[in-house]
This record gives sequence, C-alpha cells and structure tokens, in this order.
Amino acid sequence: MAYITCKDITLRYESLTVQEHLSFTVEKGDYLCIVGENGSGKSTLMKCLLGLKSVDAGSMTFGDGLKRNEIGYLPQQSMIQRSFPASVREVVLSGCLNRRLIHPFYTKADKARAAEQMECLNITSLADRCYRELSGGQQQRVLLARALCATQKLLLLDEPLTGLDPLVATELYGILRHIHEEHGITVIMVTHDVECAVRHARTILHIGKNESFFGSCAEYEKSAVGRRFLGETIAQEHCSGCAPGHAEKKQEAEA
Amino acid sequence: MNNLSAILTPEFVSAILLPALIAGIAVSLCSSLLGVSLVLKRCSMIGDGLSHVGYGTLCIAVAMGWAPMQVTIPVVIAAAYILLRLSESSRLGGDTAIALFSTSALALGIFASSKANLMTDVSHYMFGSILAMTKGDVIFSVILSICVLLVYLLFYDKIFAVTFDENFARATGLNVRFYNLLIAVLTAVTVVLGMMMMGALLISSLMIFPAVTAMRLCKRFRGVVITSVIVSVSCFLLGLLFSLMFDTSVGASVILVNLAVFVLSSLLGTLLRRAGAGKQR
Repeated sequence: MAYITCKDITLRYESLTVQEHLSFTVEKGDYLCIVGENGSGKSTLMKCLLGLKSVDAGSMTFGDGLKRNEIGYLPQQSMIQRSFPASVREVVLSGCLNRRLIHPFYTKADKARAAEQMECLNITSLADRCYRELSGGQQQRVLLARALCATQKLLLLDEPLTGLDPLVATELYGILRHIHEEHGITVIMVTHDVECAVRHARTILHIGKNESFFGSCAEYEKSAVGRRFLGETIAQEHCSGCAPGHAEKKQEAEA
Repeated sequence: MNNLSAILTPEFVSAILLPALIAGIAVSLCSSLLGVSLVLKRCSMIGDGLSHVGYGTLCIAVAMGWAPMQVTIPVVIAAAYILLRLSESSRLGGDTAIALFSTSALALGIFASSKANLMTDVSHYMFGSILAMTKGDVIFSVILSICVLLVYLLFYDKIFAVTFDENFARATGLNVRFYNLLIAVLTAVTVVLGMMMMGALLISSLMIFPAVTAMRLCKRFRGVVITSVIVSVSCFLLGLLFSLMFDTSVGASVILVNLAVFVLSSLLGTLLRRAGAGKQR
C-alpha cells in the first residue's frame, strides 16, 4: 500500500471549488513535485496533506506504516516570524516534539537527534546563533533540520525556493537529493519552478484549472499539458534556480 | 520624600509589606512569562481585553456582594476562551472583536456598580491596592501563581513550538488549539491576580514591558524568558520601594520603573548591535 492515497478528492478555497476529481498516490521512496498555476489549489492540497484542513470530498488515506504526525514540514519562508528571538538549536529541537507528546522535556535522544541533523546540514557551527540573524539560505537549512527531526519517512516542502538566490537554490536541491537518496526519505514538494521540478523529481502532479496530470517526469514532458506548461516557463525565463546550462544556452542563442 | 525607617515599623513589615512582597513577586513572575508568549504571538491585546472583562466582572461581583477574586477568575477564563475563538474566526478581525467584546463587558460592570452606588468601592481596583490585600487574598494568589508557574514550566517546550510556528506544530501532531487555550487560561488567571494588585489599567503593560525589554537584549528564547522574569521582579521591587518613599501608587510606580528600564535597554541594545556590527566588519 502507498504512503498516501488520494481518491477523487475535491479541494475548496473558502467557498470556491478549485479542484475536483483529483486522484494520486505517493509511494514510499517517491520524489513528487506538485506544480500548477497560481490559484489552482497547490497550497490547499498542501494543507490537506499536512492535516491543517480536511478534504472537501473524496478520501485521503495514509498507509504503509505512515502516521499523520510522522511528516516533516518545511513551510514557506514568509510563514515564519523573522523577528523571533530563538537560537538555531532551539528551533531544530522543536522538531523533535512529535516524538514525545507526554514527556515534558527533551530527552538525551532528542538532543542527539537534533545534533545529528544539524551536522548533516552543516549548521552545527551556527547552533548558538540567533535564527533571525542568519541569511535566507542558512535559515532554510535550519528549518530543514527541524523538519528532519520530525520525520524519518516523509518530507513536505512548500515553495522552498521562494526568495532564495540561484546559488542557494541549487544547493538546496543538492541537499534534497542527498536526503532522498541516502536517507531514503520520501519527498513531496510544491513549487512553481516546473523546469527544476522535472529535472529533480521522479513523479509530477500537475494541477490546473481545467486539466490535471499525474505520472512520471518523462510522461509529463511528453504530455500536452506538460509541453505547454514547460514551454511557457522557458519562454518566461521563470527558472533561475537549478539550470546553469539553461542560461548559457540562451547566451549562445543570442550570440 | 518619606523617611523609610519611620514607615518600616515591625508591625507594618510583617502585616502588610511582607505579604505584599510575596504576592507581588509571584504575580510578576507569572506575568513576565506569559508576556513573552503574548508579545511574540502578537496578541498583546488579549491581555488588555481580559483586564477590561475582569474589571467589569469585579464591579458586578462587588455590587452583588460576592467574593471578588473567586467570581472573577472563572468568568475571565471563559472570556479568554471566547476571545481566542473570536480572534481565530471573526469576520471583523481579531482586534476589533476583542475591543467590542471587552468594552461591552466593562460597560456592563460599570452600569451595575453605578446602579448600586458603589463606584467609589470599585474604583480602587482601577489602580490596584497591593498593600490593602487581605491575608486570604495573598495566600490565594500565591497558590495560583505557583500553579501557573508549574504549568508553564511543564509545557515550556510546547509553548515555544506553538509560539514560534503554529503551522509546523499542528502539522507534526501537536494539539495547537489546546496549547493556545492553555496560554489564554494562564493569562486570564494572571490578569485577575495582577488586577487586584496593580490595577486593571496597568496589568497589561506589566505583562508586555518585561518581555519587550528582554527582547531588546537577548537573542535566544530561553534567554528572553529568563531576562523577562528578572526584569519583571526587579522592577516590581524597585517600584514598590519608590512608592513607599514617595507615597505614590504602587502599580503606577512599577510601570514607570519598567518604562525607564525599557528605554535604557533599547539604548543598550542598539549600542551592542553597533558594536557587534563593527566587530564583524
């Protein structure tokens, strides 16, 4: 059985129906990117996956040993209070809370786990620094370490590249690949950066106002909706994060 | 200026000053802890709204001849729950809903007490009367303060998580609604206790000042919490001393000391940041 199975779900944003009859599955070990235009219900779907909201019709079931509170979550940068006084260690540790809902204080195991994740993301030297004084890329790694403290199975990322410069975005993709391949963590990412999505993901879920697509990246690139969407983004120069070759190609074309 | 040694007779110290000190320190502790969460969650208005509701209830309790504290606390806890719901799901917007609700409760209380011709009786709760508390009041408020402290310490990690990033906490299975309610209930209890001592007008600033002062100086959540407690208790002691020396209102003196400390720490914070930036360069 898959980690997450969605059958014929309907998503509403306030009273507006944004998606109907949407079905997809997330298998263990998958790397799924959710793409689509603004207002197509990406964020609403994310909220449903996180359990912040229930689906308006259809069913969303968790299986294969995955429990609701075993999901790690990387929120959009804008959702976090930037002026909050907290040290990196405090932020990362708070990811361990879902492991001990009864025990009042962090255990040694929690602290060891937080230290391990900070080491993995190369932020151990920042442990006592103030979160709000870090750069955007460093903050993102802190939040990623927190998310990894909360899960060993599934990581959800909500537009993780917004506001990051291209170099940092490339680095983040590298970290994600490492987490996916070495730690065997399933990744679900919502992004508007469809070209990077195709490059890095294994599976694509495209949700549009009129048409949707669910399948592998290769199939997506061949599909009508995929071709149109990919074409549009290239024309608009949307992708800046992960395509060093892309910029060069363009320069060659101009030359 | 009063001669302190003339006021501080043994009878005054043991019968009035010592109980006031104990109760005041206990309430200062609670208010500074909760203040940090309220300020960071951007709902300082809830503290203010609750003090309005508390004062209104107090007026009604006095008019009816009920025990003021014992009636007010449950009512304010209920109000905290309602205010939280209002700010979550109101079409008016959180702060507007809180203002409407709390001023209505206040008006109702004033209406009742003016009808019963008790305005002078209730007006001293406006500014508090820490030196006029009965022994029963003191014991009651110390016990409640200890409860607030214990609950806060027990749930410290979760309160941090809920304050820092509500969505993440909710997504990883924490019962965010429960912890928000817990913070509101603890705030309610603290507001009523503080109101008896510092006055309804001043209690919300007593919660907010130490927290913002600490935020100027510290970079870690734990540091902010600890500094806030230290600032709160020492400002209370200094304020009480001033009020004895100059024969002024205790609540107002404490708040003015808090204001002075806040201004000083803002300056100090700016200097420290400049120095830090200079070093990095």
